[in-house]
Amino acid sequence: MTAPRQIIFLFLLSSFILACTPAPKDTTLHISGPFEPVNLDPASAGYMYTRMQIIETLVDVDNDGNLIPGLATSWKSNADLTRWTFHLRPGVTFHDGTLMDAESVRKSLAVALGKPAPFPVDIVTNIEIVDPLTVSFTLKSPYRPFPSLLSNYTTAILSPASFGKFNRMKALIGTGPYEITDFIPPHNIKAKRFEKYRNGPATIESVDYVTGHRSETRALMVRTGQADIVFNLDPPATEMLKQDPDVNVHTRFIPRTTLVKLNSGNEKLSDVRVRQALSLAIDRQAIAEGILHVKGAEANQLFGPSMGTWHDASLPPLATNIEKAKTLLNEAGWKLRDDGIRYRDGKPLSLSMITYANRPELITIATAIQAQWREAGVELAVHMENASAIPSGHSDGTLETALLARNFANIPDPLGILLADFTSVEGGEWGPMNWSNDRVFSIVNQLASGKPDDNYYVLQKELISTLNEDMPLIPVAFYVQQSATSSRVRNFSFDPYERSFRIDQMRFQSK
Amino acid sequence: MLKILLSRLGQCLLMAWSVGTLTFILTRLLPGDMAYKIATGRYGDDAVSTAAANAVNAELGLDRPAFQQYLVWLGDLITGDLGTSLVTGAPVVHELKNQMSFTLVLAFWAILAAALIAFPVGLLCGAKAETVPDKASLITSTFIRSQPVFCLGLLLIFIFSMELNWFPVAGFGSAEYAVLPVLTLALSLAAVSNRVVRNSTRQAVNSAYFHFARTKGLSYAQAFTRHVIPNVIVPGLAFMGIQLIGLIEGVIMVESLFAWPGIGHGLSHAVFARDIPMLQGTALVMGMLFVAINTLVDISQHYLDPRTRLEN
Repeated sequence: MTAPRQIIFLFLLSSFILACTPAPKDTTLHISGPFEPVNLDPASAGYMYTRMQIIETLVDVDNDGNLIPGLATSWKSNADLTRWTFHLRPGVTFHDGTLMDAESVRKSLAVALGKPAPFPVDIVTNIEIVDPLTVSFTLKSPYRPFPSLLSNYTTAILSPASFGKFNRMKALIGTGPYEITDFIPPHNIKAKRFEKYRNGPATIESVDYVTGHRSETRALMVRTGQADIVFNLDPPATEMLKQDPDVNVHTRFIPRTTLVKLNSGNEKLSDVRVRQALSLAIDRQAIAEGILHVKGAEANQLFGPSMGTWHDASLPPLATNIEKAKTLLNEAGWKLRDDGIRYRDGKPLSLSMITYANRPELITIATAIQAQWREAGVELAVHMENASAIPSGHSDGTLETALLARNFANIPDPLGILLADFTSVEGGEWGPMNWSNDRVFSIVNQLASGKPDDNYYVLQKELISTLNEDMPLIPVAFYVQQSATSSRVRNFSFDPYERSFRIDQMRFQSK
Repeated sequence: MLKILLSRLGQCLLMAWSVGTLTFILTRLLPGDMAYKIATGRYGDDAVSTAAANAVNAELGLDRPAFQQYLVWLGDLITGDLGTSLVTGAPVVHELKNQMSFTLVLAFWAILAAALIAFPVGLLCGAKAETVPDKASLITSTFIRSQPVFCLGLLLIFIFSMELNWFPVAGFGSAEYAVLPVLTLALSLAAVSNRVVRNSTRQAVNSAYFHFARTKGLSYAQAFTRHVIPNVIVPGLAFMGIQLIGLIEGVIMVESLFAWPGIGHGLSHAVFARDIPMLQGTALVMGMLFVAINTLVDISQHYLDPRTRLEN
């Protein structure tokens, strides 16, 4: 290439680069997270549309997990908890301009309860319209936490025009402060504020959500100002962002606990002394500080500090005590041999552990536990899998142990989870397995039928301490959610129940 | 010419059948229960349960014999129906059209940019072999090629997004988002092809016909333009055609890093979620793209290289 041609080439290249320089800041709020909305169906991706505040549910949840009015203003049950009546909020407009009434609620919920959801959908046997603003549900058996089910994203109320032939999703027409304008699954959702929202239009005009698949990418996006809010950051990314004066990092406990699921029916794990020894051998503080970089994240019970009266703040930490673990294993008949592994009747104390890749810290914690159990003479093989390997292994009985991050916010009242998981030997796919404790089963049933009085709280405390003694699940760490915002975002707050991004409360810093 | 096109068409049909069949068999050989994996893809980690897996099984008829499912797929393929995604429920054709529109943008500009880098650099280094620019290009090429595409992408993000703040880190929507992923792929492709161009150039510059052209009175520039460039473009283009395999491999990583909604990203998700129709559709389209680009290379060779026309 001759010199003049080289100059022309360089000129063209530099003009191309300059033409591509990003435009100045706009009035759209840019959000990035790892969540991948696959379609418009609330059964699949509703968690994303409630967060974007496009759809809403009858019941809402406050920061402490208490149920508060949503699209329903009040609710009550009959004496035996089998019939629940909900009074709907008047004057709620869907994004297509139609008014929400009992028929649209019945239609939405009839469709939702015909699809899989993170609770037993077959509990409702009939939905009845009492008057244009009152709906009544008949249940097949008494169920105290029923209102909390109607806070789950799968039960969002949609305009009848959302459904097409065979009730397939045709459009997503909700009641939230934002309405969807564009959707490229699973990468992008665009929404603009709903001008006729019942509490008046939100301050921020439009929102653009982009799926940022990697934590590193999301961290760099907020650092360069390309994103205003990023969610689900991993510890290294958080450490980097804390150094940046233009970025605010938000750390918050959420109702999710990292725990080890045990198959108590397994011959190696049926002895409570073995389960206690496995718990004693785990150094939770090292995991919290060394892997998660969050002091105080070590778990000493199943439910974390964000879960109201289900968390007993007076309990001491679950201390690491290798010597006591060894004694317990000896008492249970597992004797140490020269290879450093314990044996009973010629069989080694070797276990397998399933964990999954979507939460990157799990594999690191699993390998830490592998090393810590090894000190007590327990051999552990860690298998990295897809999350579905846990319910699948539970259902076919092949699972021995699993490390998982259990979401206790899907149904904000833990009673729903306890009733499903802690009342039978079968247990729950994400809960105990082949475990039985008559006292716990009886407490859960009493709590389900009792009223929140003094005795209720005494029973709750007894339940928590019994679970800690019998160890059907080993709590490891309380989950901490790390998010970051750019300095132009004002009034950011993180919803610990991960139901809403709370965009309608935010504004941009005025210049 | 017609012969080339007919043989490529035959290859395309054979490829469609074999790629689809192989994908079907391989996906079924993967460990784990398919219904559970599909349920995870659909409802997310927190909501996957045996009840959800059973619902998926009942809806999709996954317990039908594999052979029966295969025959249904083959029948649909003949009528041009690629089915619907098991995860999103949308027609595969629709999803692929969406993803392809993004990947083709990336691939087209990456190949063009790679050619714009590889040919000038290769020609310069070939003409001035064993000089400082040639050695510098060798070291740079080796350095770039020895990086995983992922690291190269991160490096570009650090330079152009973090330090200079010229381009966004990730996402899509306007031209500026495409620059870094295109540049990442282009640099990775050009790192090898510029050496191929350089070697061809060197061979041509040292050839008897180049010396003869000079001897008969052409200037260096005239001899270079008329006798070196045509002899370099032909092998250079052919090599770039072969390199497309590398492009497809790079696209998966680059799309994930830059949050680009293309076919590479779709493919990796379809594998995790055992979305067989999506996998078959994606493999099919990628295979056809490969055949199509190679056909284009063949056609361009046919016009650029008089020898092939003489042979035919």
